[in-house]
Amino acid sequence: MIEVQHLTKKYGDLLAVDDLSFKVDRGKIWGLLGPNAAGKTSTMRILTGYLSATEGKASVGDFDVFEEPSKVKKITGYLPEDVPLYPEMTVQGFIHFVSEIKQIAPSKRKEAVNKVIEIVGLEPVRKRLIKNISRGFKQRVGLAQAMVHDPQVLILDEPTIGLDPAQIIEIRKLIKSLKGERTIILSTHILAEVTQVCDGVVIINEGKLMASGSLEELVSSFNDKEGVFIKLKRAGQEALPLFSSIPGVKEVSWDENGIKIEWTKGLDVRDEIIKIIADKDLGLLEMRPLSMGIEELYLKVISGGVEQ
Amino acid sequence: MKNIWAICKKEVKTYFTSPIAYVVISVFLVLVGFFFYNLIWWFNTQSLQLARNPYYFQQLNINQMVYSPLFHNTSIILLLMIPILSMRLFSEEKKIKTEELLYTSPISVTQIILGKYIASLLVVFIMLFLSGILSIFTFSYGNPELVPILNGYLGLLLLGAAFMSIGIFFSSLTENQIIAAVLTFGALLLFWVLNWASYSAAGMWKDVLNYLSIFQHFDNMTQGILDTTDVIYYLSFIFLGLFLTHSVIQSRRWR
Repeated sequence: MIEVQHLTKKYGDLLAVDDLSFKVDRGKIWGLLGPNAAGKTSTMRILTGYLSATEGKASVGDFDVFEEPSKVKKITGYLPEDVPLYPEMTVQGFIHFVSEIKQIAPSKRKEAVNKVIEIVGLEPVRKRLIKNISRGFKQRVGLAQAMVHDPQVLILDEPTIGLDPAQIIEIRKLIKSLKGERTIILSTHILAEVTQVCDGVVIINEGKLMASGSLEELVSSFNDKEGVFIKLKRAGQEALPLFSSIPGVKEVSWDENGIKIEWTKGLDVRDEIIKIIADKDLGLLEMRPLSMGIEELYLKVISGGVEQ
Repeated sequence: MKNIWAICKKEVKTYFTSPIAYVVISVFLVLVGFFFYNLIWWFNTQSLQLARNPYYFQQLNINQMVYSPLFHNTSIILLLMIPILSMRLFSEEKKIKTEELLYTSPISVTQIILGKYIASLLVVFIMLFLSGILSIFTFSYGNPELVPILNGYLGLLLLGAAFMSIGIFFSSLTENQIIAAVLTFGALLLFWVLNWASYSAAGMWKDVLNYLSIFQHFDNMTQGILDTTDVIYYLSFIFLGLFLTHSVIQSRRWR
């Protein structure tokens, strides 16, 4: 649905996007992750036709962003980082104006406006001036303007920035509910958001692609070790050597009042571990697999330690 | 066309939901009214004084003695007012970041510019139309010729449209409205005094400067002369202003 090939954007000498390529399938939500000034916003602006690219290709739907920009704009909804709002307009008036410039047929405008107001929950403020509504509602108006023409593709630049925790949860729910027919790209700093909302991620740093893929794929490809965390009733640090002698175990360490046992990928030594615990009567309280969190993955990717 | 209309409607609404349009139109009308009153007063005293001399009395002409100077005065007021009307057209979009919405919508830059431009011209038209109501007095107590007056108003409208195209251009250059207004004002003044420079110029330069001066062309129209050269001058001036605006906006996106 969305494809970017060898995209490069230079502002003068500054390289904002450097030979970036990725692909997002229809009906998926993908997160665009990266530190500040990584090139996330530039990439989104190019996809929406706001900026040109220095080199490379990009397509949305079946259309080339540079060859047929107006067709791309018709099927794309865009929420920029700074939500574009006219403070002197009413919520309803503004969304109606957007429905006009997004070229919704006059007979369908009213319906489209009412529908989107309902979806994003703007009913309580529909007649108020935009300058007088809260930050959370403004963000919703931003989402409403991006969605009013029922686009197949949504591009959301930090959709939850500046909201309070309750609002963040609501907006995330809203975005998740849009999945299915729509393909969504969202950029964010909040890593938890990615695990909760997205099917896959594109991680970029200094304009370069560091990794891309579904979350499971990435975690398993960046994880070179597997392991478990166990908590024992009748043993402390002194039990570490017991486990390090198991063949295949790479590392045993004491962590958070428990024992972390890691082994080479592909092996599974859980049986042996259980056997030892049972034989020595150590009393197993807890045992859970060690998995790499998104934070760990992100830091690993960004630090450049591992490149795909 | 629908897209131009959508932008135009929004702009007109913005003018009239903020105090700008009301303030500019009111100040404009007060000033025009003041000049009109003084010119009529002066015309009256002249008429009274010359009433005893039939030859000179015949020479008195309200079109020449009231309307022609009134149009000149009005043109100067326009020069002061237009930058105020044009300054926010693009700079505000840039400042409050709504340009991202406009340029990612399926409407062309040309349509956006035309929509905004037409909206601003509507305000100028309303201003001039309201000031035209003053003529009720001259028509009910005198017998001025209508065609030269309409011609003068057409001249003012073209002049206002030319001013506005410069204004919209400077507004596209900066996100600061004050800077846009000052640059517009400076540029308009420069075009105004171009024909002063032509007095000291010689040969071809004299003609060139005279042709470029925005007021030289206006002069004919206040006299009731409608010359296609003047109309073409204004139309090409407007085209140039809008074309430059278009180039500025496009170049920013391709930089």
